[in-house]
Amino acid sequence: MKPPPFDYHSPRSVGEALEILAATGRDGKVLAGGQSLIPMLNMRLAAPGHVVDINRLTELAAVTVGPDGVRTGALARHAQVERSGPVAAAQPLLRRALRLVAHPAIRNRGTVVGSLVHADPAAELPAVLTLLGGSVRLARRGAVRDVPAARFFTGPLESAAEPDELAVSALFPALPPRSGTAFHEVARRHGDYALAGVAARVRLDDDLRVAAAEVVCVNAGPVPELVDVTGDCGHRAPGTADWGAAARAVRDRIDPEADIHASAAYRRHLAGVLAERALRDAATEAAGG
Amino acid sequence: MGEPVGGGTDIAITLTVNGVVRRAEVPGRRLLSDCLRHDLGLTGTHVGCEHGVCGCCTVLLDGEPVRSCLMFAVTADGHAVTTVEGLAGPGGELSPVQRAFAECHGLQCGFCTPGFLCVVTALLRENPVPTEEEVLEGVSGNLCRCTGYQNILRSVRRAAEIMAEER
Amino acid sequence: MFGEPVRRREDPRLLTGRGRYVDDLGAGALEVAFVRSPHAHARIRDIDVSAAIDVDGLVAIYTWEDLPASLAEPLPLLIPHPALTHGRTARPLARDVVRHVGEPVVMVVARDRYLAEDACALIRVDYEVLRPVIGPERAAGSRRLVHDDVPGNVGAHLVQEVPSAAGTGAREAIGAAPHTLAFRLDIERSASMPLEGRGVCARWDADDGSLRVYSSTQTSTSVRMAVAAKLGLPLPKVEVIAPDVGGGFGVKVMHPWPEEVLVPWAAVRLGREVKWTEDRREHFVSSAHERAQVQFVRVGFDGEGRVLGLEVTILHDHGAYTPYGIIVPIITSTQLLGPYKIGAYRVEFSSVYTNTVQVTPYRGAGRPQGVFCMERTMDRIARHLGIDRTAVREANLIQPGEFPYDQGMTFQDGRPLIYDSGDYPRSLRMLRELIGWDSFGELKARAAAEGRRLGIGVGCYVEGTGVGPYEGGHVQVTSDGRVHVSTGLTSQGQGHETVFAQIAATELGVPLERISVVTGDTRRFGYAVGTFASRAAVMSGNAIALACRKVREKALRIAAGVLEADPRDLEIVDGEVRVVGAPGASVPLATVAVLSNPLRYAFDEEAARATQFAGASPPDAPPVAEGEEPGLEGRDYYSPIRSTFASGMHAAIVETDPLTAEIRVLRYAVVHDCGRLINPMIVEGQIHGGVAQGVGGALYERMVYDEHGQLLNASFMDFLMPYATEIPPIETAHLETPSPLNPLGIKGAGEAGVIPVSAVIASAVEDAEGIPIDRMPLSPSELFDLRRAAP
Repeated sequence: MKPPPFDYHSPRSVGEALEILAATGRDGKVLAGGQSLIPMLNMRLAAPGHVVDINRLTELAAVTVGPDGVRTGALARHAQVERSGPVAAAQPLLRRALRLVAHPAIRNRGTVVGSLVHADPAAELPAVLTLLGGSVRLARRGAVRDVPAARFFTGPLESAAEPDELAVSALFPALPPRSGTAFHEVARRHGDYALAGVAARVRLDDDLRVAAAEVVCVNAGPVPELVDVTGDCGHRAPGTADWGAAARAVRDRIDPEADIHASAAYRRHLAGVLAERALRDAATEAAGG
Repeated sequence: MGEPVGGGTDIAITLTVNGVVRRAEVPGRRLLSDCLRHDLGLTGTHVGCEHGVCGCCTVLLDGEPVRSCLMFAVTADGHAVTTVEGLAGPGGELSPVQRAFAECHGLQCGFCTPGFLCVVTALLRENPVPTEEEVLEGVSGNLCRCTGYQNILRSVRRAAEIMAEER
Repeated sequence: MFGEPVRRREDPRLLTGRGRYVDDLGAGALEVAFVRSPHAHARIRDIDVSAAIDVDGLVAIYTWEDLPASLAEPLPLLIPHPALTHGRTARPLARDVVRHVGEPVVMVVARDRYLAEDACALIRVDYEVLRPVIGPERAAGSRRLVHDDVPGNVGAHLVQEVPSAAGTGAREAIGAAPHTLAFRLDIERSASMPLEGRGVCARWDADDGSLRVYSSTQTSTSVRMAVAAKLGLPLPKVEVIAPDVGGGFGVKVMHPWPEEVLVPWAAVRLGREVKWTEDRREHFVSSAHERAQVQFVRVGFDGEGRVLGLEVTILHDHGAYTPYGIIVPIITSTQLLGPYKIGAYRVEFSSVYTNTVQVTPYRGAGRPQGVFCMERTMDRIARHLGIDRTAVREANLIQPGEFPYDQGMTFQDGRPLIYDSGDYPRSLRMLRELIGWDSFGELKARAAAEGRRLGIGVGCYVEGTGVGPYEGGHVQVTSDGRVHVSTGLTSQGQGHETVFAQIAATELGVPLERISVVTGDTRRFGYAVGTFASRAAVMSGNAIALACRKVREKALRIAAGVLEADPRDLEIVDGEVRVVGAPGASVPLATVAVLSNPLRYAFDEEAARATQFAGASPPDAPPVAEGEEPGLEGRDYYSPIRSTFASGMHAAIVETDPLTAEIRVLRYAVVHDCGRLINPMIVEGQIHGGVAQGVGGALYERMVYDEHGQLLNASFMDFLMPYATEIPPIETAHLETPSPLNPLGIKGAGEAGVIPVSAVIASAVEDAEGIPIDRMPLSPSELFDLRRAAP
């Protein structure tokens, strides 16, 4: 289990990185944290001709918190974002989700943006970005574009990033007032990819009744999809909203697959159970905040 | 280093390993674990799965635990690495964590042990008085097939005690 | 020393990175990688290596055609048995047909492993893909064959029948019983999965014509014989050393692996040091698995739950080959009986070939399956009769006054299955107390009131440990007063260096620090069997004790001359031989060692005392007396008439989530009896580790093959070995019933922890859920399905 040979590039600036990516095209692969890429290389499931190591682009390590939300640079490690107090204050869902990502040693190296670009529907961060309506900023030589989450994840392990593009940052928008979030998942072992998981966001109106309730399920389809259950739970106070109906709606609208760890029926059931728990918690937080 | 380096060509790197500046010439694909073990002769870091799950190869990169099998040696160029060989004191005296593992029978075959020692060393440095849950979370990314973890958890608690006693 | 929780002498090196495992050796050695079959069943049409030969650093490529005759033939069938009528083993490299994914086809030697893998990737093997046979039930009797010359894929078939005391057969007894039950049980595949894979490093000394092989093995002496035979080398020119080994758990007792003969062969052929370090993916698909069985049970019993007749029919999945014989199903069949007196017993197994990785022993070696069968049976009887599960067990236990107890069968060592000692009723009482069996009902009710589901389970086992034929020990006291102990069997983390030193310290009266222990190094001890079947402490422990006693006797004899005392009045304390009751009169063992070896040449002052003009020996007798040998050393062997039988009983409390179907073990309690404890700390560690592997087998670990014979979870991502977060706190209590069979009164402890765990967890989940649990492992998804299917 040793990686196949490749040409190694270690650009010293983003501009240089973009030049290299433009030149290598489909044969190039960006290396950030490497916690998903290197296992694939070790197993020789991937054999890029060029690896573009962006670990020296320290300008991409920034995590900025502003009124619009949290922007994480391409080199911001999971652990760095997880531990940040300002991030937790601005967008508490990030820390909640990050604590469910693998294990601490992986999070010390893995990057938030890398997890997004990897676009694994079983992973937590794509669900979070989708739920929050965030976006990924993609740079190519001479151009930059922001791709919203809804268009960023295009299939299992497929994203909108083109071969000559570098994902330089991601934006996780801040929550509007009277909003709350929660993330619940069930994994076989602590730290494993979830059998099912649910990120939920609930917003209350001025009368503290549910104005919006949405979830994104992990491992429930080829790409993370926002499920709006506002109509199902009723325009009521969190304590009397019909979260059971919302959970049933979630179960009906997702399309999980079976694998060696769980049947599709179990995953669907579990998503419902977790959706109810997550929605309740999110609503409680919204009411308290 | 802006120029690409071909797969067959070696790249000169400099690492500070256990406080000592070490140089090596490695291909871009050389895993840090292999570089430590085979290029630098530090075989205390073990390789159990090469896909980042078992934690045997865990070392401290600039003080933080990372999987050395999920990192290229070239990426570590210029950084500081601590391996199990660097945990004991300058005179070879065992660190509190090492002593606790010996005292509590926290190891059997010893293959996973270097990874645990690195993780626990970092854990207790950051959080000298961890709760039971924090201890469990702290070691939760490392597999052990021998001990059933009972004595590893005891060892972590004991190490915290020893460190408190010696502070 | 004996019986004390002495700290391990292995630890200082293992804690500082100074342990030496196979891959830590052979810096600069050439490295090997293999092209392995991607198909479960295929015929090799052609192998094209042309694209690989330009790989930089490539040294050699070997296929079956390159092998000498001795290596071209199938590897040995290690343990023949009359019932194994169709034993089949693989060739080191496949000749024409591959029978499981992972079977080695081409061997590549290169400057390093990266380059060897590059070359492997460029080698093209043209396969004619054949339809595989997957799953024991589909294999049994099928016309689709794993081996063309094994009809119905049945490699072995064995019936053992033990009539009741009155001479009634099991079927008749069941027919006549007041109550009968029949059911089916399933246990899936798992594997030893040590964190260090296999590994071989071979050094050929062309000048000397000698070969040194390091192997991560549980049996270096037997690997040595295999390598010498396969390579046609004189045995004294081959040495095999098991250095530090990163766990074995059974898989490394299998030998010779293809790699264990191919790597030394390549080293000789190339005149270079050659090394192969198994990677994790290779370990999944090309080492060995265990556990998979389907069991059909019929039982007849009376109103108290006493078993009057038991009939078990086992379908055992043996994978593609049977190099280790049928030890696993034999152990299942015999150890199934546990601590119970069964009226009449009939067991029949068929061992079938499938196109999957071969099956060889994994810690427990068939016992977990047998115990699962018997303990599920006990629980079924209790449920049927509406009586307490421990009461049913109680009603069937062998009583302390009934030892030795003859179960009337033939055990895995070919000897009668006679239990030597134990106290099963007491063990059960201790367990009930430890787990709080009698008050659990209240706990369960309180939890239920909060919407939580708790269940309690129990499982009992008897484990034959310390099987023969023998082990040996050598003990030498050198003139510096140090004691060098060696034994041939190997260590994989059990702390042998510590416990054998404790035994020697106790026997010889020498401080522990002066004793060093070497295991698994044929340069030090050439005769051994190996480490398996919880036998190391019993076999080598007793052999070392016997060797120490020889040394002690000789030391007293020599010292008696010096001290002008009767040897019977001497004792050895703290490394000094002294006259009992006369503290002034003593001589250090170091001096005794000097005197034991009459010298012509002095190499230091101490040695001068033994030279010919020093007057150490009387002038009218030969310096080495008749019947004596020079040197203060002794060698002895322990060869037991039969196995000794350890036992234990486990209980667990589990919680199942009513909604998510997650299963959590809240408490796990163990009562364990392995006779006299040499080092309780180490015994506990063994139990902890075994229980954790058992929890893995009960709730997490399985090898998942698809219908094409692809192993779908050949990684640590998907083969779910428990982390610390999945293992409950383990509470232990010890009972010490000495074995009457060996001088130290000890029984083995290595496998104990793992044996009943699946049975215990199944019992507890069944109690929590009220749904029969008939298969292991059990995932939340499966529990969810069981709930939905329940009436």
